[in-house]
Amino acid sequence: MAQLHDSGLTGHQVSHTEHHDHPDMEEMRTFGFWIYLMTDVIIFGTLFAVYIVLQGNTNGGPGPKDLFQMGGIIASTFILLTSSYTSGLAVLAMHKGNKKALLGWLGATVLLGATFIIMEINEFTHLVHEGATISTSAFLSAFFTLVGTHGLHVLLGLVWMIALMMQIAKRGITPVTKRKVNVISLFWHFLDVVWIFVFTIVYLMGVS
Amino acid sequence: MQHDMSPSHADKNHGSLKSYTIGFVFSILLTIIPITVVMSGWLAGKASAIILMVTAVLQLVVQLIFFMHLREEKKPRYNLLTLILGLIILLVIVIGSMWIMMYNMVAL
Repeated sequence: MAQLHDSGLTGHQVSHTEHHDHPDMEEMRTFGFWIYLMTDVIIFGTLFAVYIVLQGNTNGGPGPKDLFQMGGIIASTFILLTSSYTSGLAVLAMHKGNKKALLGWLGATVLLGATFIIMEINEFTHLVHEGATISTSAFLSAFFTLVGTHGLHVLLGLVWMIALMMQIAKRGITPVTKRKVNVISLFWHFLDVVWIFVFTIVYLMGVS
Repeated sequence: MQHDMSPSHADKNHGSLKSYTIGFVFSILLTIIPITVVMSGWLAGKASAIILMVTAVLQLVVQLIFFMHLREEKKPRYNLLTLILGLIILLVIVIGSMWIMMYNMVAL
């Protein structure tokens, strides 16, 4: 027992990087988040399947070609792509121990994400004003559910990122805040990937 | 920070400015290609759909490798394994739904 305890203590004093067999708690938590992301893959997969199956059922109402204004959609795609890059730069700044740059890049990511959300809300209100609501047709029900679920994820990510920025400003870069930044950047890249598929399957294939 | 450690740890899950920038450039290119294909109307029907899906999947690969650092994972590759499991379920749901609902319709 005493020996076990001893090795446990030294294990904590030596830096984590030298312990191969000792599972790092923060690494485990990151992996746990990864598993959550895989369940999110299944949610989005189901919504994509629904959309693909129902997209032709417009109930005599407007179809994708009548509704989608590609200018704004393309702009918001590039905005989200860029925010994926800036969240990566935030992780880089964190590993360099540069708190200011970390907060700066996270802030840039939040601004880009907020722009994306505002553009999406504008698009949705525009659609509703045109009479294309969630209850107009099966196509629009599937559309609003799929795109809206992605938008909700982005919105949640924004709230989360702002809270994390406040925590980092207060506590600095610690193993715990490090893991949180890693996790949220994974989330953000994931949302970017989901949007690429929304953009391709819903918008580009819808108008082509 | 830990750059003088053994090479397998030196850049674990970090990436560099270069790798992030390469990934970003790739993802921009992989977005411009499908947009041009659709907007110019070069290709129609199946050919265009194939190009759109291929560029989207490549985009996924770029994000996984350059941004999520999937390739730099340590040996028991649990991240990769759970991803494969997730993708299998995804494909079963999407392709299965399409197959049943679109190509197997009875009477209509």
